[in-house]
Formats: sequence, C-alpha cells, structure tokens
Amino acid sequence: MNKKRRLRVLVAKPGLDGHDRGARIIARAYRDAGFEVVYTGLHQTPEEIVQAAIQEDVDMIGLSSLAGAHMYLFPRVVELLKERGAHDIVVCGGGIFPEEDIPKLKKAGIKEIFTPGTPLTEVVAWVEQNVEARR
Amino acid sequence: MFNKKELEEIAADNKRWQRIFKESVSKTPERLKRFSTVSGRPIQNLYTPLDLRDLDYSKDIGLPGQYPFTRGVQPSMYRGRLWTMRMFAGLGSARDTNKRFHLLVNEGQTGLSTAFDMPTLMGYDTDSPRSRGECGRCGVAIDTLKDMEILFEGLPIDRITTSMTINPPAAVLWAMYIAMAEKRGISRKVIGGTIQNDMLKEFIAQKTFMCPPEPSMRLITDTIEFGTNEVPRWNPISISGYHIREAGSTAVQELAFTLADGIAYVEAALKRGMDVDSFAPRLSFFFNSHLDFFEEIAKFRAARRIWAKIMKKRFKAQDPRSLWLRFHTQTAGCSLTAQQPYNNIIRTTLEALAAVLGGTQSLHTNSLDEVLALPTEEAATIALRTQQIIAEEVGIANTIDPLGGSYFLERLTNDMEEEAFAYITKIDEMGGMVAAIEKNYPQLEIADAAYQYQKQIDEKEKSVIGVNKYVTGEELPVEILQIEEELERNQIEWTNEVKSSRNNSKVKAALQRLGEAAQGDDNLMYPIVDAVKAYATEQEICDVFRTVFGVYRDPGVY
Repeated sequence: MNKKRRLRVLVAKPGLDGHDRGARIIARAYRDAGFEVVYTGLHQTPEEIVQAAIQEDVDMIGLSSLAGAHMYLFPRVVELLKERGAHDIVVCGGGIFPEEDIPKLKKAGIKEIFTPGTPLTEVVAWVEQNVEARR
Repeated sequence: MFNKKELEEIAADNKRWQRIFKESVSKTPERLKRFSTVSGRPIQNLYTPLDLRDLDYSKDIGLPGQYPFTRGVQPSMYRGRLWTMRMFAGLGSARDTNKRFHLLVNEGQTGLSTAFDMPTLMGYDTDSPRSRGECGRCGVAIDTLKDMEILFEGLPIDRITTSMTINPPAAVLWAMYIAMAEKRGISRKVIGGTIQNDMLKEFIAQKTFMCPPEPSMRLITDTIEFGTNEVPRWNPISISGYHIREAGSTAVQELAFTLADGIAYVEAALKRGMDVDSFAPRLSFFFNSHLDFFEEIAKFRAARRIWAKIMKKRFKAQDPRSLWLRFHTQTAGCSLTAQQPYNNIIRTTLEALAAVLGGTQSLHTNSLDEVLALPTEEAATIALRTQQIIAEEVGIANTIDPLGGSYFLERLTNDMEEEAFAYITKIDEMGGMVAAIEKNYPQLEIADAAYQYQKQIDEKEKSVIGVNKYVTGEELPVEILQIEEELERNQIEWTNEVKSSRNNSKVKAALQRLGEAAQGDDNLMYPIVDAVKAYATEQEICDVFRTVFGVYRDPGVY
C-alpha cells in the first residue's frame, strides 16, 4: 500500500510580536486535522524559522504576524528558503495586514494570506488542497 | 435582604411563573438552545430575590468608599470626578507621538498613555538585528533619554498623569521618565502615573519577555520599593487582566489570574520586608471590558470585593486605601472585526458603558480601525468622543453604581467571586502564580478557552456580526495609518548621533555599576536612573540584565 505520509507543518511567529492567540489556535486546528505540527514559539528570526523548517523536514510553514513587521519578515523567510534549496516548502501567512500589502506578499512568494475572521475549516481545507507531502 | 416569609412567598410565585413561562415557550420555542455569556456561562430566564437568598446588603454590597467596595472605591465616585479619559497612543518616532499626544490633550483627554514599538517593549534598540522591520510599527520607538525628552515636549507632566505600557524594561523607561521630568525641573515627588511592569501576565498572555520569572520578580519588587520611597504619586505596577482576556480567557479566568498575580506581587514585597500599608495603596489594576455587558460589570464589582477581602483577611492591611482595587479599563481589542469596521464604534461604546457602570478609574476606548492598523487621528478622536458622550450626555454618571441591587447583576457578581476564589485556591495549592506559570497552567487554561470560543464562532453558536452573520462581502473603505519606510533608518541614525555626543566613559562606568548591583541585592532603580541620565541606550541597560539574569524563552505550548 502506497500511503502518503501525514503532512508536516511548521507554525511560526517571526519577529518580536507577542500576539500568539491566532498561531496557537491554528496549531491546534492543524493537529486536530491530523497534520504533524511543530510550533516554534514566539520571537523567532527568519533564520531560526528556516533552520527549524529544514531540520524538521516540514511541507509547509504558516507564518503569523499581527504587529506590522510582515513586509520585512515574510519575504525574508521565502528568500532564505530559496538560499537553502528548500523552495518547495510552501509558505502561507495569517494575521493583520493592510489590504495593499497582500498582493505584494503574494508576489514575494507567500502562497496564501489569511485575514481575521477566516474559519478554521477554511484554513485547514486550503492546506489539504495546496500542500503535498514533499517525499 | 429579604426575610424568610417574603422569600417563601416569592418562591411560590416564582414556581407558578416558571410554569407559565414553560407553557409560553411550548407554543413559541426559545430563540436559542442554550443562553450563555461570551465566556460560556449559562444564564437563567429570570433572576429574583431567590438568587440573593444569602446576600447581606451591608456586608456584601455596602456603600461606595466602604468595605468591601462592591459599589466603588471612592465615596463620591463620578459625582466628584469623572474617570480619567486616557487614550493609548504611540506611533512612529517620539516626534510623531508627541504630536498625537498634543492632539488628544487639545481634544479633551485627561491623562496620557504611551504605546511603545516592539523593540522598545522587548528591550532592544532600533539597530538590533532582532528589530528589523519593527521600528515604530505598533507604538513609538524609544532608544535613549533623548527620545523620552522629545516624547513629552510641551506636555504639562506636572499636572497630567502618564501611563506607560511597558513590562520587561519597565524600570528603564520609568527611569527615563523620571530623568526627563527632573531635567525639566519637575521633582520625582510630584510626577504621577503608572508603569505596567506586570511580568507575570507577560509570561501568561502578552508575551514580551526578557529574563526568567524569578529575577523578573526581583526587578518588580525593586520598582515597588523605589516608588514607595522616591516617587510617591506613581503606581509602580498595573496588575493586568487585559492581555489575559485578549489571549482568549474567560471573564472569570481574567479575574482570577489577575488577582493571583496581585497576590504574588504583594508576597514578594512583604518578603523584602516592606510594610503592607506602605506600598499596597499604590498597586493598580487593569481590566478588559468585553462585549458581554452584565458579565463585565459583575466582573469589575467582584474584582473590588475579592481584592478588599484578600488585602484585609490574608495580608492584614489596615489602611483603607490598601484595600482599594483601582483600575484602568480598555475596551476589548479582540472583539473588533476587520469586516464592516464601522460597527466597531458601536461595540466599543457598549464596552465603555460597561466599564463605567463597573466603576472604572480610567478608560481607553479603542478606535474603529485598531483591528487593521494604528489608529488615524480621526478614528482616535471618535473613540475619545465616545467617552465624552457617555460622561456628559447620557446621565449614567449622575448616580453611583446605578445597577447595584439588580437581581441578575448581584447574582453574577457573587458567582464570579466564588469561581475566581476557586481558581485562586487552586493556584495557591500549586505553590503560587510563579510556580503555576512554570507548569504552564494558566497558559493552557487560556488556550483551551480560546480554542473553544473560536470553534463556537466557526459553528455559529456565537454570533459575530459581519463575520459569521449579516455578511455583506463588501468592505467599507477605511483610511489606514501608514508608517514611513525611512523611519527605521532615521531612528538608527538619530540614536547613533546621541551615542556620539554622550560621554562614553560615563556610560561604561554606569553600566558596570548596574551589573555589580544586579549581582548583589541593592535596589536596581538607582543605578538605572544614573545610566539613563548618562544616555545609555535601553538595550545597553537590558543587555546587562540579560547577561546577569539570563534570557527567558517562550516554551511554545499550545
């Protein structure tokens, strides 16, 4: 039987922002959906996040930001993944973003952006449809 | 409050009425399967004197300004002086925020409240690699005393009180404020205000970190002691439930964890050898006002009563002011929605009303756009006007505790007190709040409540207008405040300028003295004040703490 392994996802809080209610709820929702979840905890640099993603061999990184530093931090994660040859790890983001930043983030390689009010079921369904186990 | 005979009659009447009610809903069923508060507390169809069977008016409710302070801490409450209208503000540079402060004061706000950016909150300078992209984004950037001087330029700090939401580096920012005042010829004995300085709730909820819990408690106790001796009109701590609630707790968890934190701070100060009545009157509190109107009002009333009992019975305080739970309130940021943002004005109004009916001493009302970005001038002004309308147009400040005596409210107040005490006992049994935090107990209790609440919203068991009900899909355009790209570069250049014009050997000596004091038992506030006066940067001082005390890392539990 060629059963694909469970999806492995890294939920990460880049930067100094301490708002982790959303990230922790998402981590629980992913876990309840059957994914293997790694949560970095708060105050991670982009370098630390990419290191953890590679070390943990994850299929996706979910970044959470609510304090306005996303325009530097999110693209930096994508850039570092490329540098480390791990560009096939999908990156998505959630939190509070001014409307006009969303297309810019997508252009920088963030595959999807989730804003406040998105139901958990939708967030989970997106992962199931858009992320595949890398090996 | 009722005699036995009266209660028997009411019970008989009530029994008859419940039958009528049942009949009525058999024809037209009740709207909901379960009626409950935002926190999930079940609510009865009707409250009567039967719910207050054991209530003793004088002992349990009493009069304003009298034990147990259920109806308010001051005898005159808002008949004397309205609550302080204190809008939380901070954006971009010290210069930008100073301009906002002047605007708010000109529009009639009566206290100042400072929001710092993330690097300042965490004890890093703007030029730290960890600060990249964060400068001025969620508050004002402060690196040195120079920034503090600019921040309060032209503001009457001898007459108006200032609150600073700052925690791990609270001692440093407070020292900067004291130094700034003294440079202007205003004595530390005269200035009034509050530093948040509540690390326990940081570990639990807000999560700005620097050092581990034990040395954090030492720093806090140093500030309480220093304040008592040197800055008598300052509240050296604001014991906060706000962030606990924003992290997703229930109302009772907010109440219980906050007061359990308060107990831990009192115990630490007593252990230092301080007399309870020397510092207890300057302990202040900070609560959230969420959407569930009556539950919130009951929470504020219960908080006053519980704290008075704790201070009197557990800590044997004698001074009546030691029994006062004085608190600031902020309306619930987490209740606002990005969808249909103008609705946020209404949510904030109702929450502010609950805070006032609950007897708050000071209030911040959120701006309608705070769910999207830092507030614009226009949005912040509407939020301030909301308070002014409540204070001056609707008449609820005409009498004290107007809802006192409501069967529903008094019952809620009693229930919440009882449930909060059960939590406090449990935390005592765990060895106190520091031990409970090390076991991640409050953190996980809150995470459970937050996850349950989110699921209720997803399943539409709880309504959020514009999000899971009455969704239009069409967003109203709201103007968003932008922080300029060059701010970070400018701030780094500016701090470098300050560093090149100061006396570096003086800074080095001050930091060395601070390091030595940190290794011993001396009160750290004195060497911190010396260091900021020499224009040591915030991070230079905090790095001393991190070196001596170690760095706390998020355990990352979910």
